Amino acid sequence: MSVEVRHIHKTFGAVHANDDISLTFADGRIYGILGENGAGKSTLMKILSGFYLADSGQILIDGRLVHYDTPRGAIEVGIGMLAQDPLDVGPLTVLENFVYGQPVGPLPDWQAARRRFAELAERLGFRLEPDMPVERLSIGQRQELEIIRLLALGVRVLILDEPTTGISAEQKSVLFASLQRLAREDGLTILFVSHKLEDVLELCDEVAVLRLGRLVGTAVMPVTTGELVAMMFGQALAPPSRRAATPGDTVLEVQDLFMASERVVMRDCQVCVRAGEVVGLAGLDGSGQQLLTRACVGLARPLGGRVLINGVDMTGRPYRDFLAAGVSFGAAGRLEEGLVAGLTLAEHFILTDAGQGWWIDRERGRQIAEERIAHYRIMGRPDSPIETLSGGNQQRVLMALIPPAPRLLVLEHPTRGLDVESARWIWEQILARCAAGTAVMFTSADLDELVTYSDRILVFYAGQVTEVPDARSVTVDELGHLIGGQRVGEEAGR
Amino acid sequence: MDSELARVLGSVVANATPLVIASLGETITERVGVINLSLDGSLQLAAMVAFVTAYASGNAMLGLAAGLIAGLLVALLILFSNIALRQDQVAVGFVLTLLAADLAQFLGQNYTRIPGPTFPTIPIPLLRDIPFLGTVFFNHNALVYFSFILLAATWFVMYRTRWGLALRAVGERPAAAFARGTNVTRTRYLYTAIGGALVGVAGASYSLAIKAGWANPAVMRGDGWIALAIVIFGGWHPLRVAFGAYLFTGLRALASTIQQTTEFPLVLVNAVPWVLMILTLLLVSSGLVERLMLLSPPWAQRLLRNFLRSAPPVALGTQFTRE
Ligand SMILES: Nc1ncnc2c1ncn2[C@@H]1O[C@H](COP(=O)(O)OP(=O)(O)O)[C@@H](O)[C@H]1O
Ligand SMILES: [Mg+2]
Repeated sequence: MSVEVRHIHKTFGAVHANDDISLTFADGRIYGILGENGAGKSTLMKILSGFYLADSGQILIDGRLVHYDTPRGAIEVGIGMLAQDPLDVGPLTVLENFVYGQPVGPLPDWQAARRRFAELAERLGFRLEPDMPVERLSIGQRQELEIIRLLALGVRVLILDEPTTGISAEQKSVLFASLQRLAREDGLTILFVSHKLEDVLELCDEVAVLRLGRLVGTAVMPVTTGELVAMMFGQALAPPSRRAATPGDTVLEVQDLFMASERVVMRDCQVCVRAGEVVGLAGLDGSGQQLLTRACVGLARPLGGRVLINGVDMTGRPYRDFLAAGVSFGAAGRLEEGLVAGLTLAEHFILTDAGQGWWIDRERGRQIAEERIAHYRIMGRPDSPIETLSGGNQQRVLMALIPPAPRLLVLEHPTRGLDVESARWIWEQILARCAAGTAVMFTSADLDELVTYSDRILVFYAGQVTEVPDARSVTVDELGHLIGGQRVGEEAGR
Repeated sequence: MDSELARVLGSVVANATPLVIASLGETITERVGVINLSLDGSLQLAAMVAFVTAYASGNAMLGLAAGLIAGLLVALLILFSNIALRQDQVAVGFVLTLLAADLAQFLGQNYTRIPGPTFPTIPIPLLRDIPFLGTVFFNHNALVYFSFILLAATWFVMYRTRWGLALRAVGERPAAAFARGTNVTRTRYLYTAIGGALVGVAGASYSLAIKAGWANPAVMRGDGWIALAIVIFGGWHPLRVAFGAYLFTGLRALASTIQQTTEFPLVLVNAVPWVLMILTLLLVSSGLVERLMLLSPPWAQRLLRNFLRSAPPVALGTQFTRE
């Protein structure tokens, strides 16, 4: 089934999210929709899948004009979307989620549904337990469930919005293999939205690039990374330069750390981070990295072992003491832990910086806010509530809240969900602090980021830690294998 | 033929009926994401309206219908002010609690302590003759039988039918329900109306059967709050909720028996559901259940998980707007 959009316009207030976009997608092919955050990719896909109604413009299927204004309507013409955050219902089981929305009678035939589900899962190479509540699945598994569900609904055009954010390398390769099979064997049209160049280069046959709501170009593979970057940003970007590491004194020392969570037990973990050094923590979510970061900033109490900051034993001391010792922390959940939804930008700066008095010095808070907004190039005003900012700008605020020269900076996923340019900017800030003698430790799921910015990498697998002493000597592939549980000797060679 | 125990249990089953119906109604309402906090007031209002209507018309069925409509209207008022007027469900529900209770007192003041029509006991042929069980379950008025059917039907619809999927999805993740073609607003209105109507039936079942008549102050005062607590105790699962209602009524009966011989204060019994509720929440959130579950076989784990799940519907009390 081929789809064509003609002259699509969509505005949100003053923002022209889609500005006269025309594109054609043929069947049996995989299209990459590329663009930095806020380029308008999701908006265009939501219009195609019936979540939004375009202000003007047309959608044609096999040359015939179609109209719909609900997701249900889109499904009926054969278009289905896997949303950025899969739209499933947590407490319902996999099978219930699969059945819900299918054209069944009031009393669904659960046995038949179970068989049909197993069939589809088998064919795509997905392993899903039908009776598991969806809230216990990983994001990758939830995506697999949504894909199966959409296929069962007879979708011929499958849209995936940023599906590779938050899934493991292994799940990504399963996903890509299944998408390729669906396009080649079943002739589905696949629209793959991403801001990650490498994913698009790996998977897609053609690519369309959006920038600031406009279509800036299309290309048929193969194209080079440089060409795509130039299209996305209007210029080629080099990663910020990194000076050779000349580490100073030990800032953080972790001895025989013993910690446990519901998912993992970590024993005898040893870590040492020196001033001016960047240490990356790699591993699938929940392999123990978070236990370590939380213990190093005083947010989790180890069951055994010691945490030393500047040689002082801080084990079991409260977060406040860690702050006083020069530790700064940027949590993974920006809005959940790092920022306070409901407070404005200025109020955030007042909370952290504007003195310890009883009364709020609004004027000073506003001044600080204006300074930081200018310096950190945040798109927002002192009185903007924090939750109205985009993800990239929230991350900038988090950076702006970190004092200029902490002794130790611990960051969880500092650039998750950000486009290349914002990520690069965040790293400039981190490296600047590092050059001034801050010891940096960060977690990331982005292997490129780990390899590019770390001096050393600690790979976590089921609570076991393997050290890669020189991050520059390891390739992304090798790192991927380590994360999946292979030991250093087996593949990479020590 | 009737043992003493069977008669006691039979009266617990009968006396629990309003609580069972009200807490099941509230469970249904909350599962679509709407919190009807007005229970304590709507129960009293429905009881009064039902009694007065039955008294004036001489027909208990008409009274029941009037009580049902009273409960339904209060519930719809909460949802309407939430959806159309953008008011907070909890705030409106709380105001309506007070308002409905006062209204019941005021309008019912000339009808206190007079006899009126009631639902008669209808023993079920054959079943009534089963030893023990016959006395416990099959020698009651029609409203008690209705509560049995309601319990089975609620469970079945919620967990076995397409409607149940939509019902649960709307309360958990309205955006997902919308994406699958469910009309979120209509679904919320429908089940809020059903839940409210059940609260009305529960109110009527006091004044037309269990505690026949009307009095100032109303005899069921406080039971609405207890029903709300039982919904939490029951983890929003119909079977557990009904179990909670029976358990609480049983404890209350026990306490009033003890009270006849000792000085055990009935007030303390009324605190029982709250204590149970807190204990359950502690138990479920402490991870003890998770650990227990790891020890049991997979099929039992599945059952337990479904049954012990104790998180409120995620979208409870929120508004849904299409982006
Ligand atoms: N529901 C919405 N309300 C207001 N603004 C929106 C909404 N959705 C998107 N936008 C704005 O439209 C622009 C494009 O957003 P989006 O399509 O999500 O970009 P992308 O998916 O490429 O990151 C952004 O500036 C964003 O802030
Ligand atoms: Mg997007």
